[in-house]
Amino acid sequence: MNPNLNLWLIPLLPLAGAAINGFWGKKSSRNAVTAVALFFSGAAFAMALLVALRFSSLALPYHEFFAHWIRSGNFTADFSFYLDQLSLVMLLVVTGVGFLIHIYSVGYMWDDPSYYRFFSYLNLFMFFMLTLVLADNYLLMFIGWEGVGLASYLLIGFWFTKDSAASAGKKAFIVNRIGDFGFLIALFLLIKHFGSLNFDRVFGSVMPLGVETAGAGLLTAIGILLMVGACGKSAQIPLYIWLPDAMEGPTPVSALIHAATMVTAGVYMVSRSHVIFERAPIALTVVAIIGTLTAFFAATIGIAQTDIKKVLAYSTVSQLGYMFMACGAGAFSAGIFHLMTHAFFKGLLFLGAGSVIHAVGGEQDMRKMGGLKSFIPWTFLTMGIATLAIAGIPPLAGFWSKDEILWKAYQASPVYWAIGVITAFITSFYMFRLLYMTFFGDYHGAQVDEHGHGSHGHASHGNDDHGHGSPHESPMVMLVPLMILAVLSLVGGLVGIGDRFENFLAPVFGAREVAEAGSRRTELLLMGISVAVAVLGERLANLLYYKRPELPQRIADSLDGLYEAVVHKYYIDELYAAIFVKPLIDGSTRILWQGVDRNIIDAAVNDAGDVARQASDEVRHMQSGNIRSYAGWVAAGAAAVIAFMIWMGVR
Amino acid sequence: MVPLSYYLLLSGFLFGCGVIGFLIKRNIITIFMSIELMLNGVNLSFVAFAAHWHALSGQVFVFFVMVVAAAEAAVGLAIIIAVYRTRETLNVDQVNLLKL
Repeated sequence: MNPNLNLWLIPLLPLAGAAINGFWGKKSSRNAVTAVALFFSGAAFAMALLVALRFSSLALPYHEFFAHWIRSGNFTADFSFYLDQLSLVMLLVVTGVGFLIHIYSVGYMWDDPSYYRFFSYLNLFMFFMLTLVLADNYLLMFIGWEGVGLASYLLIGFWFTKDSAASAGKKAFIVNRIGDFGFLIALFLLIKHFGSLNFDRVFGSVMPLGVETAGAGLLTAIGILLMVGACGKSAQIPLYIWLPDAMEGPTPVSALIHAATMVTAGVYMVSRSHVIFERAPIALTVVAIIGTLTAFFAATIGIAQTDIKKVLAYSTVSQLGYMFMACGAGAFSAGIFHLMTHAFFKGLLFLGAGSVIHAVGGEQDMRKMGGLKSFIPWTFLTMGIATLAIAGIPPLAGFWSKDEILWKAYQASPVYWAIGVITAFITSFYMFRLLYMTFFGDYHGAQVDEHGHGSHGHASHGNDDHGHGSPHESPMVMLVPLMILAVLSLVGGLVGIGDRFENFLAPVFGAREVAEAGSRRTELLLMGISVAVAVLGERLANLLYYKRPELPQRIADSLDGLYEAVVHKYYIDELYAAIFVKPLIDGSTRILWQGVDRNIIDAAVNDAGDVARQASDEVRHMQSGNIRSYAGWVAAGAAAVIAFMIWMGVR
Repeated sequence: MVPLSYYLLLSGFLFGCGVIGFLIKRNIITIFMSIELMLNGVNLSFVAFAAHWHALSGQVFVFFVMVVAAAEAAVGLAIIIAVYRTRETLNVDQVNLLKL
């Protein structure tokens, strides 16, 4: 018998914080808002730690029933929670990283006039994310899924007076809707064929089914539709376009939602549905191909971006691609492992970028930075660690997880591995490029300050009043989360040594056959190659952006067309605008608005009104106000009735 | 025995006179008299039918109508006097304060 863990408190605590700050935050002082936000997110983290401490004594998976929701015939979906090794990892990552970013945000958002609103949204996000992670059926998961989308929309458009932020929010929401559509259809299929959305019951019914080898079947369809949903939320090809634009939001939001937690929801969902995917090889292949392609393409776009947050955004898309590559290779635990380490180092990178932006007064263009390492040594140190981690330099976190993925990918197909390694090289290159452009060389920011801060409209930015003078280090409240995440990025990968992480998750994903004997050598060789490409990427970035900073421009010039394409993100946004957005807008304008709405619906209503008005225009002369004429009408009416009755009588 | 149709024709003639008088006259008292004429036209048809069908209820109706007509005459004449006192006219076309 399991003890009662009161799991329901974990999501509801941040919800309470969101409600308190949302309803009363405007009138409270900043300190009160801070206290509420930190208390409730911290309490959720503490609860999660408590759960982790008691975890070993639990009989898994642990179910907790909270309240009835839908009971319709045989179909049930309740507010109930599900805890196993997978949810525990997600729970700790979400609450832990979330809490750190809450602390960081206190420093980063302190000067923003909508301070309370920010924390209300942030807590709301935590609520939905925890609901998503802890749900014990797909429907409750979908509530969390949609909820994090809402929170993401609100936070991307946080500075909604800025046009680009408002439209970025809309873009994120709409693109996500496309993915959610696939997810929903998958849920309908599950209901239709298995009569339930409860994880245990669905997987229990799927388990006896055989692997769909010959052609595509039901499970393949469900798997691919689930993947469509994951593509939306986790920014994979072809739905990744919203994530780079989402960088319009405040930087802590980019760190929490668009790097560490929300965008990994798709990976979590696919891993949670591994029972389905394992029986649908075609769906798995689709996942792997999408992941691999996304990893590669996003990384190449990342090379040419100059906005520090855009580089990190494309890097995030690329790393998410790695996670899907792992899932597609059937190595779900490797994907979750990378999800965890990625949450540490990418959260850290974004927070570090926020610290940099804070230091230089809202500037995000890396060409206007440089030489910052002497101004902001702590930020440099922590970001350096994160860069080493994401580049895959041992023994930092990213090395272990990425290597695990590449190894598993190699076993699935060397093609995945080859693209993965090339991507690792590019990753290392653009990350060190970021590091060198930002922290090394000479500071290029002075003239920017005099010229009104360049093109990035940070008049709405929370830290605007720091814009003058030389760059300065961030306050302690921002640095401490950086340091903690740096430590996690340093040692976070060590849990994966000797397949310990994989073994921990084995009860969820099922024990997979141990790597064949003799391949130990191959594994070490592959490990050596990935370290080598990481170092190579660093050396190249060092050469191009530190020793010979005039070289990149010459290379760009010689690669004219290709370079232009990369800078413009392969014109994908323009392509989508031409294929989908413009026909939709034109169709809506010409056919739906001017055709149907104006010429049919409006016309019908207006014509009905015109007819009524003209008819009444004719008959209003009856109402002259002359009593005797009324009497005449009464008499005429009576005469008409009598005549009618007589006529009827005659017949 | 006078046939029923004669009574009905007379009744209809009286009622028609009342209606026409009501419609074309401007003097309130004349209009009032026209109403009495219509009432009595109807009364005539009531008694004619009562006699024809040997049913008493028609005659009873006539008494009711006469009672109501008497009450109406009292109230109506009082109103006419009141109207004349305030407006100093009996022309209905000029009693049009409620008209916009």
